[in-house]
Amino acid sequence: MSIAMREAWGTALVELGRDVPELVVLDGDLGTSTKADKFAAAYPDRFLQMGIAEQNLVGAAAGLATTGMIAWLSSFGVFFSHRALDPIRMLVAQTNANVKIAAGYTGICFGMAGKSHHDHADLAIMRAMPGMVVLAPGDAAECAAMTRWATAYEGPVYLRVARDPGPDLPPAGFELGAVRELRSGTTAVLVSTGSQTARTLQAAELAAADGLDLRVLHLPTIKPLDEQSLIEAIGDAPYVVTVEDHSTFGGLGGLVAEIVSGGPRPVPVRRIGLADTWVESGSNDYLLDRYGLSAEAVAAQVTAIAEELS
Amino acid sequence: MTGVLSIRYSDEQLRNLAARARELILRTAHHVGAGHVGGSMSAADLLVSLYFDELRIDPAAPHDASRDRFVLSKGHCALGLYVVLAMRGFFDEAELTTFDQGGSRLQMHPDMTKLPGIEMSTGSLGQGLSAGVGMALGARLGGPASTSHARTFVLLGDGELQEGMTWEALHIAPRYRLGRLTAILDHNGLQQYGWPPRAGERGDRRDPWAGADLAATFGGLGWRVVDIDGNDITEIRSALARTRTADPTDPPTMIIAHTRKGAGVSFMEMSIRWHTGAPDDAQLARALAELRETTTDHGEGVPA
Repeated sequence: MSIAMREAWGTALVELGRDVPELVVLDGDLGTSTKADKFAAAYPDRFLQMGIAEQNLVGAAAGLATTGMIAWLSSFGVFFSHRALDPIRMLVAQTNANVKIAAGYTGICFGMAGKSHHDHADLAIMRAMPGMVVLAPGDAAECAAMTRWATAYEGPVYLRVARDPGPDLPPAGFELGAVRELRSGTTAVLVSTGSQTARTLQAAELAAADGLDLRVLHLPTIKPLDEQSLIEAIGDAPYVVTVEDHSTFGGLGGLVAEIVSGGPRPVPVRRIGLADTWVESGSNDYLLDRYGLSAEAVAAQVTAIAEELS
Repeated sequence: MTGVLSIRYSDEQLRNLAARARELILRTAHHVGAGHVGGSMSAADLLVSLYFDELRIDPAAPHDASRDRFVLSKGHCALGLYVVLAMRGFFDEAELTTFDQGGSRLQMHPDMTKLPGIEMSTGSLGQGLSAGVGMALGARLGGPASTSHARTFVLLGDGELQEGMTWEALHIAPRYRLGRLTAILDHNGLQQYGWPPRAGERGDRRDPWAGADLAATFGGLGWRVVDIDGNDITEIRSALARTRTADPTDPPTMIIAHTRKGAGVSFMEMSIRWHTGAPDDAQLARALAELRETTTDHGEGVPA
């Protein structure tokens, strides 16, 4: 079992802080949850507690960026993507500010929170934001690599950081925009992102028992994506199924459908994820089952799609 | 840096420059047929005092690390800022005719990615003070694109003070004791539409903060509060000069500048009619005639 992405993020920041004196962390009073507290312990002078005021936190980060500082932001994703959306739009994205948004507690697996804290529209919102780099790591190692990449990159970045540990993906670094093939297969292509990728990979193994030989692609970069690489990775597959712990409106499914529809040949795209709904409180297992995102639930949905389309 | 002004202007000279700024505001709005005239006019004396007297800036080196920063939080009054930037030499006054036109660097609301001299893009109200907090923090923390001596000034509108984000920034700035941060409240008492006056109150709209003790409120949050007539050059200079000696860990300063929306032209003053909108030919002629009466510079300042 891997360490959690948030642990990897906090540890990576501590390491980066040694060599990057411009690195500061702004926290919205959630540092013990997001693991920004690691940075606070190592560099108290560069840890700025901004209180429960996410709009100001974002605005201050944009101001800091104009002085040459590199601000990483610590809060729950929903409070960035919804509450602080306008300052992100105005002061960060429109100005191309060197601000890094670590969106903690994103995806489906942070149970016992409910609809106030669960946001499954963040990828749709952030990828529609001009100039915003949108990253969804598949495991802790990828999250750490992205943290290092984003710190070196000049411009705004949104990084989706999951709370709870999940299975590790095969080791790899991070290359912006790249498509990662994690499983080869000829029946169809599954495309996933973020912490859902590991469960999608497990689903492909389960579906193999039903005779489905599924290729699994992992998209750690939601934007900017190497679209040609995705089209080539899909190849001559008869259909594509996207799987995301996010809304099926405008997130990964929307992205893949947009790219495939502009590709060289028509390919049916089916989208698995959260539909027009809100997320309840409950354990992770309950939520994965309730919203059809466990490996077993994904395998069952893919099998049904295969029967329909074959 | 070379930006520290060697010329010290007299109060009278600054008043004439403010009259010139008002003239250019009106001429530009008249030419383009658009612009937020009222709030630009209320802030004209503040903007001229900042750019000609107080800010350590160099139009030839607009990104110099040691420069003082100015953020126009009430971004809809970009017209007033553009006029003063042009007068100060950031760009040619002829470019003012492109204001709000396609392809112009002079967008209706300030865009720092287009025009050197704009320190933060604004226009969605209530956000500028947060950016100023970040600039002041960055100066203190040794941000390589700043120096520790750089000061930050943020001009707020009293209407945008209704935005919650402003209060988030008002809370945090004293907590970090940002002594080199100064907020200036352009308290002209009007917003775009607002509330009708109660019985016995004058004007066509009610001051959005009528009945509130803003000085006590800001002071209670930990700000050093200065209360001035924001259309009086002498009082403005005095208040701004006091910020020079502030220790970096002093409380931040809030200058409550009592102004008149549309200040300088009788038929524009304190009327929501002139929140936005351009004068027609006759109105422009009347306004310029009034401005000529208030200036002692009858040379190139305000042409007949």
